[in-house]
Amino acid sequence: MGEVVSVGVAEMKFSDESGTLASYGLGSCVAVAMYDPLRKVGGLAHVMLPESRGTDSEEAPGKYANTAVSRLVEELVQLGAWRTGLRCKIVGGSQMFDIPGNNQRAANSPHTHIGARNVEGVKRELERLRIPLVGEDTGGNYGRSIKFNTSTGEVEVKSIYYGLASI
Amino acid sequence: MARSGTSGELSPEQMNALGEAGNIGAGNASIALSQMVGKKVELSAPRANLLPLASVPGLAGGPEVPVAGIYMRIKGDCPGSILLLLERESALSLADVMIASSLSGAEDMAVRQSALEETGSILSGAYLNSLGELTGLFFKPSVPGFAMDMAGAILEHVLVDVAEFEDYVLVVETDFKISGQLIRGHLVLFPDQGALGAILERLGVPFG
Repeated sequence: MGEVVSVGVAEMKFSDESGTLASYGLGSCVAVAMYDPLRKVGGLAHVMLPESRGTDSEEAPGKYANTAVSRLVEELVQLGAWRTGLRCKIVGGSQMFDIPGNNQRAANSPHTHIGARNVEGVKRELERLRIPLVGEDTGGNYGRSIKFNTSTGEVEVKSIYYGLASI
Repeated sequence: MARSGTSGELSPEQMNALGEAGNIGAGNASIALSQMVGKKVELSAPRANLLPLASVPGLAGGPEVPVAGIYMRIKGDCPGSILLLLERESALSLADVMIASSLSGAEDMAVRQSALEETGSILSGAYLNSLGELTGLFFKPSVPGFAMDMAGAILEHVLVDVAEFEDYVLVVETDFKISGQLIRGHLVLFPDQGALGAILERLGVPFG
């Protein structure tokens, strides 16, 4: 699989034929793995929040669902992908902590169901840009790591509680 | 760098003052823990660091290391988050030390979890109390949340609290060790970005 390149929180990286991109210890964040299997290029974004409400989205487009997905599309097309050839898989978006009796703060906390909202935000963008979602392992209350083979689109998901799976 | 400006410009004096404040808190926390387990507790000098988001999930030895995380959100004058991280084996040993010294003999995970939540709450409480005395600020921790999982997944959760608008986060870390028990832990304070100014002002090293 060649070199494995780690994609940290709020980052976004790309690879061609020989590459594997990875994100380790995903909690509420969502890993967005987009690729064109015929042109064999792919990119991975490690999305932390559903949408940018600040001004830093230019600095870190991978951080927010509403900037990451469109940026992945743009960059992949630049790298030789065909717009209609793009496919996407998403992993993560869990709820790691549930503080008892603390649900009331819900409305104004950035935390409320943040994992689920990240997943929703990414899906909304995929739909808007008409990128097919062909694989998903999201939700729950546990952490995940992924390895993404950018030439085949294969995504290997690992968790402490459920072992290895492939999507 | 837009709104990251404030935290991006901390001076060495400000970092030192934060480390020193952490030192006093950590001393108090170690006494509390030591009383709880009846053993000597050793603490490292706290370190204040400004970290890029991507490196936070690795700060407990790597993002995939299995840990117990006891997490509290802090309200009051100085909002933030505080997190006790224990490597899985250390967490189980510590829970067993706690349970053995109380009435319950049960070994199941729910009891261990409750023992660890109590530990996290007492340690963080002692730490925040002395920080409160030092600064005159009021820190009010929530009841603890618990997770046993990959360290990265747990630390990501805390990032959402503190780094919505930021590319860097301030962390004040202390390592502790309980002698004879091979128990190691990591207590991490994450002040919300907006709260940082208040702490620094009280410590006599304000912005600008």
